[in-house]
Amino acid sequence: MGISEVLWQYLVKWLNNSALFPREASTIAPYMDALYLFLIAITVVGVLLVLLLICGFSLRYRRALHPVAEQIEGSTLLEATWTIIPLGIFLVAFVWGALLYFRIYTPPVNSMNVYVVGKQWMWKAEHPGGQHEINELHIPVGRPIQLTLISQDVFHSYSLPEFRVKREVIPGRYTTVWFQATTPGTYHLFCTQYCGTDHSRMVGEVTALSPEDYKKWTEQSTSGMSLAQNGERIFASMGCNACHTASASNRAPSLAGLYGSKVPMANGSLQLADEAFIRDVILNPSQHVAAGYAPIMPTYKGQISEDGLIALVEYLKQLNTNYRVQQTQTTSVSDQAAPTTPGMVKP
Amino acid sequence: MSATSTTIVNLPDQTTAVIPKKNYISAEHGLLSWLLTGDHKRIAMLYLISITFFFFIGGAFAGLVRLELLTPQPDLVASDTYNKFFTMHGVIMVFLFLVPSVPATLGNFLIPIMLGARDLAFPKINLLSWYLYLAGGTLTLGALVLGGVDTGWTFTTPLSTHYLNTHVVTTAAAIFVAGFSSIFTGLNFIVTIHRMRCPGMTWFRMPLFVWSHYAASILMVLGTPVLAIALTLVGLERLVGIGVFDPSKGGDPLLFQHLFWFYSHPAVYIMILPGMGVISEVISTFSRKRVFGYTAVAFSSVAIALFGFFVWEHHMFIMGVSNYSALVFSLLTMLVAVPSAIKIFNWAFTLQKGSITFETPMLYAFGFMGLFTIGGLTGVFLGSLGMDIQLTETYFIVAHFHFVMVGGMLMAFLAGVHFWWPKMTGRMYPESLSKLAAVVTFIGFNLTFLPQFILGYLGMPRRYHAYPPEYQVLNVLSTAGATVLGVGYLLPILYLAWSLKYGPIAGNNPWQATGLEWQIQSPPLTENFTEIPVMDHEAYDYEWLEHKTQQEVTTVG
Repeated sequence: MGISEVLWQYLVKWLNNSALFPREASTIAPYMDALYLFLIAITVVGVLLVLLLICGFSLRYRRALHPVAEQIEGSTLLEATWTIIPLGIFLVAFVWGALLYFRIYTPPVNSMNVYVVGKQWMWKAEHPGGQHEINELHIPVGRPIQLTLISQDVFHSYSLPEFRVKREVIPGRYTTVWFQATTPGTYHLFCTQYCGTDHSRMVGEVTALSPEDYKKWTEQSTSGMSLAQNGERIFASMGCNACHTASASNRAPSLAGLYGSKVPMANGSLQLADEAFIRDVILNPSQHVAAGYAPIMPTYKGQISEDGLIALVEYLKQLNTNYRVQQTQTTSVSDQAAPTTPGMVKP
Repeated sequence: MSATSTTIVNLPDQTTAVIPKKNYISAEHGLLSWLLTGDHKRIAMLYLISITFFFFIGGAFAGLVRLELLTPQPDLVASDTYNKFFTMHGVIMVFLFLVPSVPATLGNFLIPIMLGARDLAFPKINLLSWYLYLAGGTLTLGALVLGGVDTGWTFTTPLSTHYLNTHVVTTAAAIFVAGFSSIFTGLNFIVTIHRMRCPGMTWFRMPLFVWSHYAASILMVLGTPVLAIALTLVGLERLVGIGVFDPSKGGDPLLFQHLFWFYSHPAVYIMILPGMGVISEVISTFSRKRVFGYTAVAFSSVAIALFGFFVWEHHMFIMGVSNYSALVFSLLTMLVAVPSAIKIFNWAFTLQKGSITFETPMLYAFGFMGLFTIGGLTGVFLGSLGMDIQLTETYFIVAHFHFVMVGGMLMAFLAGVHFWWPKMTGRMYPESLSKLAAVVTFIGFNLTFLPQFILGYLGMPRRYHAYPPEYQVLNVLSTAGATVLGVGYLLPILYLAWSLKYGPIAGNNPWQATGLEWQIQSPPLTENFTEIPVMDHEAYDYEWLEHKTQQEVTTVG
């Protein structure tokens, strides 16, 4: 931005104090505000120009001063001017906006992932450490946070105006957004997509904490079981481990190391196993049959909530070996010996 | 008429002037003669009365919404009621006021006359379109009386299909039916403009009002069926559960967004283009000059109509569409802004070296230019991808489209109604009172909607019944402005009604305007012309008009 740092800070402070401008609380906020001020500047210039033309001509050529109009056909040169200059300015707005958009919607690889489920009319956040929150979100400052969002019913939208980010929360698919908080404090969380009766009560608070405070918070609010552990419990209780094992007689593919790999499908295609894929296979298995396996997996639609699916996804994301799958199985089938070392297990 | 006078109004001598005995209003009497008429002018008046009725119902809901938002607490009505308020406001204003406003009233009245034709191509279809409009309006009122609907005017699935128990199907049916009224109007205009121009009326001699209606008609005919499809699918989903938009049945709720906005984005051009046509006529008349760069203005209407079909996804930038498709739609959005900029500058330069007077229609037209410029440029904010993330679904978007629709379209509509009032009724409106109304409207409008831009950037979401207390000051300003705006809209109703009986008699051409409609009597005869005119000059040819007037004077002398 072509504005001096001191002047910028002064400007932002003044705007914040006058309650006309949201606080800047994320790393992206100054970039968003710079674009905003640029767009305001062209709006002001544009409006002043139109105003000047209207008032100027109205004064200069009012009937009292200029009783007879001179007929003018037009002017290609002038028209070209006011086609090309606005086009140029709009293209700057396009490129600038596009850069910002790609930045906001492309999470860095090292970001900390928090799942958020939206439902009428509350936000439920699921931390990897097993912490659950309703209409709240605690995050550390200075670390990129990725939100993976899904709705259990209608469209919602997760909006954090002080962080300058927002993402639609859609039933049936994961959407993501990321940000990095800069200043500890509490900030608004709004649902901005109209979602029925209590739309305006689907609000909450995001608390940005210093790394130390955040550590304290995670320790105090853990449920004792991480999200992945919770997923493992569901994995066993739904009977997933009955088929998804590494044994030779397996009826289903092994799931160790699945996340992030390319899976050969029965229809010949290769599918990237991301969160959305894993979720969809659990719900619509008949549409995703892995190559070499019979389409025998039943659907789990209606049996697992979005929270449960998130736990399962998180579990499978971290499942690198089948050791624990085997372990849970051996507790029920006692005539099979547990492998001696995890490393021996054929994935 | 002295050369230094500050007005061009040229009324006949009021002591001797009379309204022509034979005109389209006096041609027949009785309610049935109106309800069964095929005359485009009578149908236009029927439309004018009905859209005004719906405008005030929609306006009442806006008033209730603003009243609720006076305080941060949800204290005036229950949340469900509030949700019904803004839904009814949106549905009524968009589908029953803005879409038909200029085309069905002024367009219906003027297009045949401007083309030198006796009527539209299909007078009976024209009447049918009014009845369809009325049926749609009645269904909407029915839904309202039975308990209302709370989907928002956008009918977002799966909220509208699975989660609400209000009268969604009735309202969807209402919009479906009203949509056909709009399709028929568009069809009628297209055929009339192609086939019924009088001898000598080439495409480039048509008034720009006709060009902009032509562009809007194409949008109506091609876009509205897609809305009908989208709403039919919503209805079927509710009634029989076909699952097109239901993810649990393999459907896709985003598909609804695509279908809905494929119509509803072009729909904003359906609303604004005819208004732009009005502005071209008004600016030219009150600066006594042909419109600067006629061809550019004409083609920019067509360009808007064309590009307008390829920008719908800009309503969905944050909805998890592919980043790269968002890129394409953002670029196209920037392109569609250019023709609007061209129009604004062409109108501004129409004033240059003119001989400008400031009657009410001109004041409204100036208001349009200023407010539409703000509305258009704030659209660039929303078209710019990154900026859209912060601004979409907030009050910024509410302010933006009200600047375009109310600041733009409604100003243009009022400009047009005042401008052609003498032609439609044969009488003038009271000038100073109407100037006051124009100024009040302008001030009230800015006070209502400027604070909403700020609220939007602060993050206040749209459709919120309650809001954090720190947003109250701006909301109070906005509500205060809405009150002023309400007065600005009530005034014209009162004085226009008054003028029907007491207004000065206008004569054929009170504005000394060049259009064919001003060369015939006011109010016009049932079939407009005793003999079909021959167009032997360009549109906005003031020299021709002067020549003609001089000849008439010498003939009489």
